[in-house]
Amino acid sequence: MSLTLEQVRRVAHLARIEISDVEASSTLGQLNEIFTLIEKMQAVDTQGIEPMAHAQEMVQRLRDDRPETTDPGQRREAFQALAPETGDGLYLVPKVIE
Amino acid sequence: MIASNLQQLAEALIRKTISSVELTQLYLDRIARHDHQLNAYITVDAAASLAQARWADQRLAKGEGGPLTGIPIAHKDIFCAAGWRTTCGSRMLDNFVSPYDATVIRRFAEAGAVLLGKTNMDEFAMGSSNETSFFGPVRNPWDVSCVPGGSSGGSAAAVAARLAPAATGTDTGGSIRQPAALCNLTGLKPTYGIVSRWGMIAFASSLDQAGMLAPSAADCARLLNVMAGFDERDSTSLDRPTEDYCREIDARQADKPLAGLKIGLPKQFFGAGSDPQVMRLIEAAIVDYQTLGAEIVDTSLPNMDLSVAAYYVIAPAEASSNLARFDGVRYGYRTPVYRDLNEMYSRSRAEGFGAEVKRRLLIGTYVLSHGYYDAYYLQAQRIRRLIANDFAEAFRHCDLLLGPTSPSTAFKLGAKAADPVQMYLSDIYTIAVNLAGLPGVSIPCGFADGLPVGLQLIGNYFSEARLLNAAHRYQQSNPWHLRLPPAFAE
Repeated sequence: MSLTLEQVRRVAHLARIEISDVEASSTLGQLNEIFTLIEKMQAVDTQGIEPMAHAQEMVQRLRDDRPETTDPGQRREAFQALAPETGDGLYLVPKVIE
Repeated sequence: MIASNLQQLAEALIRKTISSVELTQLYLDRIARHDHQLNAYITVDAAASLAQARWADQRLAKGEGGPLTGIPIAHKDIFCAAGWRTTCGSRMLDNFVSPYDATVIRRFAEAGAVLLGKTNMDEFAMGSSNETSFFGPVRNPWDVSCVPGGSSGGSAAAVAARLAPAATGTDTGGSIRQPAALCNLTGLKPTYGIVSRWGMIAFASSLDQAGMLAPSAADCARLLNVMAGFDERDSTSLDRPTEDYCREIDARQADKPLAGLKIGLPKQFFGAGSDPQVMRLIEAAIVDYQTLGAEIVDTSLPNMDLSVAAYYVIAPAEASSNLARFDGVRYGYRTPVYRDLNEMYSRSRAEGFGAEVKRRLLIGTYVLSHGYYDAYYLQAQRIRRLIANDFAEAFRHCDLLLGPTSPSTAFKLGAKAADPVQMYLSDIYTIAVNLAGLPGVSIPCGFADGLPVGLQLIGNYFSEARLLNAAHRYQQSNPWHLRLPPAFAE
């Protein structure tokens, strides 16, 4: 199997990573080498084998949906101090709907 | 002082032959003197470390000291620590000062340990040489023209040069064991689920596990006693009874301390793929294990050769999901120039992530995309099952498995940087352990042309006490781990 330049561009778009034409073509070569390694898997007959998603067989624990802190406002301030742009306690991004 | 193990340091602190402030300052001075040669640390904050040391001294003065009280420990820069810059080796988090402590950091703080600094690492723990860090490569104290291994390369270089008595690391495909091997350290990757992942920046959540790098197995056991334990905040944390991981190490030394222990040699670890000098030292260690009383048996992990292929589907797939959070909105890097929201996302990610991270995000996005999911992702998970089954079969007749940690000693900086596949194959002996979720340890077993060689021991689930004891008994009669790199021995 071999990827195409178009596929690399499409995957980069899905991953929201801007990619130039020069980068896309050098990435194509590297990805194809990596997929040559990965393709070894296709020779193995895994019919009837249960996929293993996780190292430990366990059930998802549930907890009560309660805030841990008694002062959520203070946490908001601490967390928003890290943001590139905020206003009125909100995270600011470019306008999405005109 | 730099030759002391953690037990000796704890005793010196309790006897007041040294204070925590003095000990912390000693290591801060060593960092100031030597780290320009290694680049092992990303962030050092002497005032914060010394404040913790003063508090530890107060506890020690009141007789409240525990096994790690007052001891400085370096932490891989993947663990969030409140008030500390936490970068994960990435430009994306260059300006990120964590508002909270990871559970691992909190447990060390509660034990009275001092946070000595944040160590360099491959970007988002993706790498085997510490060359993908935004903050520059780390160098190996045994030969500064060589890599220290990765991704916990800063932790490995720091401890190997004794710029810290011990350090934490994380291991997703070998990122503790391989740098431990390349830097003459003991490095443990515990059973998946026994150390909390909360506050540890996620790479591949079903594989990531925190552990430690230290000179000796006994040191690792003391650190694991502090690190391991149930955490409600980590949904994959295992709720099981507390263990003393030192219990077998502290037991009385018998004439044949490992009598009755069956060690299996999986034939896949002994093929043609390794440096013959490495294999000669592994063979010598096998004889040493027989001398200690262990019984050596042949075994096989028939699907191990598929582990790298399966890993490079599963780990990038999980990473592509985990790293979707870095979008330039709530924290982290945002590009200065953009026209709309989509461009802000894709340009922030293009500029904030380095080449290896982007490569893996593309692989992960591809294998999860419509039409490829079954052929890649599900097939990789089925192979993961086959690999885990191989281990289960081997542990029916063996207590531990033994082989090399890495197929070669430390390689030169730049030697594999342009060839991702060659770099990925550096982890050929470590990845299967992560896929199965088992504990594994690398211990020093000699030198080839002046560079350290690591021996890997793999145990069944929750066998850390036995695994570390098997490492400890070898270290009692083969003290390779006490050798210091000459340039950093003063």
